[in-house]
Order: sequence, then structure tokens, then C-alpha cells
Amino acid sequence: MLNQLLFIALPYVALATFLVGSIYRYLYKGFKVSSLSSQFLEGRTLFFGSQPFHWGLFFLFFGHLIAFLFPSTLIAWNGHTVRLLIIECASFAFGISALWGLLALVTRRLTNKRVQMVTNKMDVVVYLVLFIQIVSGLCVAYFNRWGSNWFAAFLTPYLRSIFVFDPQIDAISTVNSVWLKIHVVSAFSIIAIIPFTRFVHFLVYPVDYLWRSYQQVIWNWDRRSIRTSRAHSYGKKSLNN
Amino acid sequence: MNVRSQIAMVFHLDKCIGCHTCSIACKNIWTDRKGAEYMWWNNVETKPGTGYPTKWENQEIYKGGWEKNGDTVSLKGTGKFKGLKNIFHNPYMPVLDDYYEPWTYKYQDLFTAPEGDDQPTARPVSLVTGETIEVKSGPNWDDDMGGSPDFARQDVNLEKLSPAEREAMFQLERMTFHYLPRICNHCLNPACVASCPSGALYKRGEDGVVLINQERCRAWRMCVTACPYKKSYYNWHTGKSEKCVLCYPRLESGQAPACFHSCVGRIRYLGVLLYDADKIERIASATDENLVEAQLEIYLDPFDPEVIKQAALNGIAMSTIEAAQKSPVYKFLKVWKLALPLHPEFRTLPNLFYVPALLPGMANVQNGIYNTTSKSLWHGIDATRLPIKYLASLFSAGNTDKIVEVLKRLMAVRMHRRGETVGDLSKEEISAAMHEINLNGKTADEIFRLTSLATFDERFVIPPAHREESIEMLENTADVKGNTGFGFKERPARGL
Ligand code: HEM
Ligand code: SF4
Repeated sequence: MLNQLLFIALPYVALATFLVGSIYRYLYKGFKVSSLSSQFLEGRTLFFGSQPFHWGLFFLFFGHLIAFLFPSTLIAWNGHTVRLLIIECASFAFGISALWGLLALVTRRLTNKRVQMVTNKMDVVVYLVLFIQIVSGLCVAYFNRWGSNWFAAFLTPYLRSIFVFDPQIDAISTVNSVWLKIHVVSAFSIIAIIPFTRFVHFLVYPVDYLWRSYQQVIWNWDRRSIRTSRAHSYGKKSLNN
Repeated sequence: MNVRSQIAMVFHLDKCIGCHTCSIACKNIWTDRKGAEYMWWNNVETKPGTGYPTKWENQEIYKGGWEKNGDTVSLKGTGKFKGLKNIFHNPYMPVLDDYYEPWTYKYQDLFTAPEGDDQPTARPVSLVTGETIEVKSGPNWDDDMGGSPDFARQDVNLEKLSPAEREAMFQLERMTFHYLPRICNHCLNPACVASCPSGALYKRGEDGVVLINQERCRAWRMCVTACPYKKSYYNWHTGKSEKCVLCYPRLESGQAPACFHSCVGRIRYLGVLLYDADKIERIASATDENLVEAQLEIYLDPFDPEVIKQAALNGIAMSTIEAAQKSPVYKFLKVWKLALPLHPEFRTLPNLFYVPALLPGMANVQNGIYNTTSKSLWHGIDATRLPIKYLASLFSAGNTDKIVEVLKRLMAVRMHRRGETVGDLSKEEISAAMHEINLNGKTADEIFRLTSLATFDERFVIPPAHREESIEMLENTADVKGNTGFGFKERPARGL
């Protein structure tokens, strides 16, 4: 029963909340979608927290994504022990980097009065779930080694089964690693609270900056097509008052 | 030719008395809010000095603006690659202490203090943390400190001078300063717009005002770094950047921006310039010596029939073209060639131009003897109090010829008027000065008039935005019928 709750109900509730909540927030609470940077109030120690934290998460995120999307490629790649070793060590290092960064960020908030002025309740929740998530991830990596191999063979099917609305939880509910269970549950909790926290900031990662032109000029008249009068100029419709 | 219209500005530094009325007018309207207390969209600096934020001109520290890169320009500290790489922590971003910690006073203590032998005091408290602080700096902390070691001698522009020239500048008898009021330049090639990963910043097509869309700003804070003038500010409370909006709601209703309107010295002029948008890239990448001349070239003659035709084809209203023809900025900049951009070497093509202060030489010390004699009533401009090289570092990317030219014109106008009103200068001296720069009496009188006597309507020639429709530039009025006109649509709280 508990397994059904944690590995079937929770994922669906989390995903639904995430989808509905994020879209709602983006559309109707647009002003509040922000990374809420506090660098302006404190810049130096932020560097030692934010950089290792984000870069660690950045690579881990793509690691998980690859294992989820291309499991067989990953298993094939891991065929050589050396490669497997490299992947395992690198992932562990990124995990440590993220943990170090998180601890630095928390310390910064606790010790800097200015940053405390811009800390809200949800920030505490965010730190808490991230801490659980990263620590449980590191424990899985340490106690249930070679995850990059068994993730693809074992977790990917479970995750896929969620997405095709045919949840298969036998494997995950019988696994004898508490850390792994915590890791999965806390991952879905994070997904669930995305719309209610500063997590929204990574949903608006500005990839389109890469292909947009540097300068942006916007004509309000034209865009809204409000104006029909031709009284003020000959030629075409007035773009400028 | 791709003609666009731009609201441009001229500040006449000889007339600035450094009273900060402009700054206060702006603060009262726009930045008297939590998170914005430290912002001065309009500020007045003393030059030589370090300015606000401290040493903002030093792009070795702040990496603002553009760099020449062959035939084009690239952003110095931000951009697609550098910006996204530094998004988690922006290494060149100024922090609160580079500006100052805003404060108020515990006025209540004056009333509630228990009776005692001492006068009660109102201690300063930080507007960020609410704790009592010792005030160490403020937005105009270097006010009038023209010779001070902490401020004047730290001025970045002094790097262009030799040590001897620098020492001469700080001789007691020569010591001087002038004021430098600054607002956003609403540049033609805005670095802030180019640096914004979210595309929240944009230039308004109608009048060239550069704005930040508050709903799209995600606090990646690249604009703060990119603006070499440090005129984009991060609101620490709302988690959004903000900047000077050139009082566009006032402009749309035909009023001058608050800082212009309130200016006591009447140093400010505002009007339309037409420019050719196709030339922006080429002109932004001119060589340093040519930058000022090249920028003048981008602004078009509003009387030229071809320009008028192309402008109309681009949808520029006849009323705007007429405003461009009456523009005081066009006169100062293109016709009389008296106004120069601030730090053109940042290559953003700023639209705020300065008539440099004349600062005539007064005295010097030779062999310990204080020497005030001069051949004429005024010293020649070669003996100005501030070295020409210093002014060139501010206003012409190091091109001293440009500065000399402008100062000679200003001096000739002054001599001409002295001839008209007092008549104690010899005719030959005046006509020599006028002749040297091809100035006739009529033009000199016009310059004098616009400089000294101009009325509101001559100083601010604002094209009609057709008030009855101006709000429609921003929103579809039917959608917001019944809503309040001011304030936030959403409360600006952090997080949820
Ligand atoms: C690639 C996408 C991401 C970008 C561009 C990004 C960017 C940022 C930025 C600019 C800040 C503000 C730092 C400052 O105070 O100046 C921030 C803070 C933060 N980010 Fe991200 N982030 C990303 C992904 C993530 C992810 C995936 C997570 C966690 C699941 C995350 C968690 C956080 C947290 C907890 C903070 C608060 C740090 C603090 O101030 O203590 N971010 N992020
Ligand atoms: S001066 Fe204004 S338009 Fe120019 S870069 Fe700075 S904020 Fe942008």
C-alpha cells in the first residue's frame, strides 16, 4: 500500500501539480518568475556556493537524462570497466560539488544579515529537500555502486512506465536500498514543489538567447495593431505616434 | 536608409550648479520604494571624482560596454557565451557596497527618548537590514571634493595624464571641479539590451526609450554588468532590474521628464533626432579618434527631403518629423557642434550629449609667484583649469582636437556677447576668435539665446504622442477598464 502511494500516487500528483502549477504561475504570476538573485547583497561567498552547486547539478541532471532516454547506449558505453569507472567517479564528484555548494549557500544565508532579509519560508523548504536529495543520491552511489549501469536497466523501465501510464513498481518497491527509495521519493517531491518555490527559475533558462539577435526594438503601435488612422503621415500606417 | 526616431538630450555643464534637484525629483517619482532606495536613476557627480557606483567608468573592474572587434563590436563582459557561462554567479557585478547602503534615521527616538542630560539623537538605520549602521558613503559622497585624495585623485580619467600633468591639476591655485549629471543614455546600441538573456530589455521603436519588461526579467542580472554607465540597477527586494524610463508616461502626455522639468540651472534640453539604423554597427566600430565624428554622421538632417520621405515610409509621423526640425538637441549637436557624448569609447552610441564646462584658467604659480595676469579678459582655452586631455578622456575617447574645437566655439560666443553688452574687448580680438571657427554674429546670438534665455517650449520639444491614444502604446485599454492607474498589478513580494 505504502509502495503504491509513494511510487504511483506521488509521481502522478507531483507531475500534475508541476504541470498545472508551473503553467499557471508563468501565465498569471509572471512577475514572480525570477531567480531571485541575492548576489547584489553579497557577492563573494555566493561564488563558492552557487558555482559548485549549479555546475554539479547541471552535469548530474544531464547524466540522469541520458540514462533515462538512452539506457542501452549507456550500458553499451559502460561495457569497458575503465569507462564505467570514469562515469561513476565523475558523477560522485559532481554530487560532492553540489553538496559542498549547497552547504556553502546555507551557511551564507545563516551568517549574512543582508541575505536573511530576502530569505523566505519556501527557501528553507528548498534547502531541506535539496539536502535530502543530494545526500541520498551520494549514499546510493556509495552503497549501491555502479548505478550508471543498473539505473538504465532497472530505474529507467520504472520511470518510463510512469510516463506511459502503466506503472510497474515491482522492481522499485522490492529493492533493498532505503537510500534509493528516499532518492526517488524526494525527487518527485521536488518536482511537486517547483511551482511554489524559486525552482521555477530553471524552467525559464534562457536558451533562446543563443539564437536571438542581440538588439531588440519593439514597436508598441504596430504590435498591438490598435491604430488605424493614417492622418499623421503619408506612406504606411504610423509606427511612431 | 532605415530612418528611426529617437528622443535625445543635451546637458549644458556650464550651467549645472550641482543642486541635485533633478535627482530628488526622480527619486520621489520612481525609486522611493523598498529595494530601490539605493538607486539614483538620475545622479549628479563631481568631476574629477570617482562617481556612483564607485569607479563606474573603470571597465577593467566592471567590464561594461562594447569592445571593437575588427569591423564589428562585441560585448566586453557579457554576451551569449560569457553571459550564459557566468549566469550562476556574475563576477563583474557591482554589489551594494559599491553603491552605498541606504539608510534612514530613527526619528521616533527624538520623541520617545527618556529625559536626561544629553540631547536625544536620531541614529541612522540601514534600509536593508533595519540595524543601526555607521554611514560610510552615499550617492554623492564626493560632492564638491574636486581636489580630494580619496575621490578626485582616484578618477579613472586621470590615467590619460602624465604624472606631472596630474600634479599640476591638483595645485591649490588651479584646483577645480565641475558637475556631471547622469541619466540613462537610451543608447542606439544599448549594451544592456544585448546582454539580457531573457530578452526583457528592449528599445521602444517609437521614441527609442530603453525599457525593462518587469514580467520577463528573471534576475540573471547581466544588464547591470553590461551597461558601462551603470544605469541599470538590480532591485534586491523584487528580484528584478530597473532603470531610467525617461519618464515615458510624462513624455507621452507632452511633459518633460521630471529631472528635466525640475532642473534649476535649466541645463537640460530634449528633442527628437532622426537616425539611420542601418549604420549602427559600422559606426559603433569606428576607431577611437573617429568615434565622435562618426556618431554625428548617424543622425540625419530632418530638413532633407529624402530623409523626410524615408522617415515617412518607415511610419514616422509628420508631427515627429516637425519636432525633429525644431529639436534643440539637433542644433547643439549637429548645427553648432557644441555637444559631445560621454565616454563614446564604450561604443553604445549614447543619446545624451554634454556641452563641456568652459572652466577658464585663473591663475598659476611660477617660481613660487602667484600669477593672475593674462593678456585678455579671459585666458585662452589652452590654459583651462582642467587639462584638455582630461576632458578628452571624458567626452571624446581621447581626441583632444574635438574638445579644443568645442571650447573655442563656446569662448567665441562668450566674447561676442561681451562685445555686444559691455564692449570692452577689442573688435579685432572678437572677430579673430569668431573667424577661427567660422562663427557669425547671428549664429552666436542664437547659441546665446538657446543657452541663456530659452523658455520651456524651446528647451523641450516633445513630439505629440497623441495623448488621447498614448496609453494604448502600453496596453489595450479595453482590457484594463476599471483598473487602477498606478501601482503594482501584483504585489512585488519575493517568492510566493
Ligand atoms: C541551468 C539552469 C539554472 C540556472 C540558469 C540557474 C540560475 C540561478 C541563479 C542566477 C541563481 C541566483 C544566484 C544568486 O543569488 O545570484 C540561482 C539560485 C538558486 N538555484 Fe539555480 N539555476 C539553474 C538550475 C537550478 C537547479 C536545477 C536547481 C535545483 C534543483 C537550482 C537551485 C537553486 C537554488 C536553491 C538557488 C538559491 C541559492 C541561494 O541563493 O542560496 N538551480 N540559480
Ligand atoms: S546607458 Fe541606458 S541604454 Fe545605454 S547601456 Fe546603459 S542602461 Fe542601456
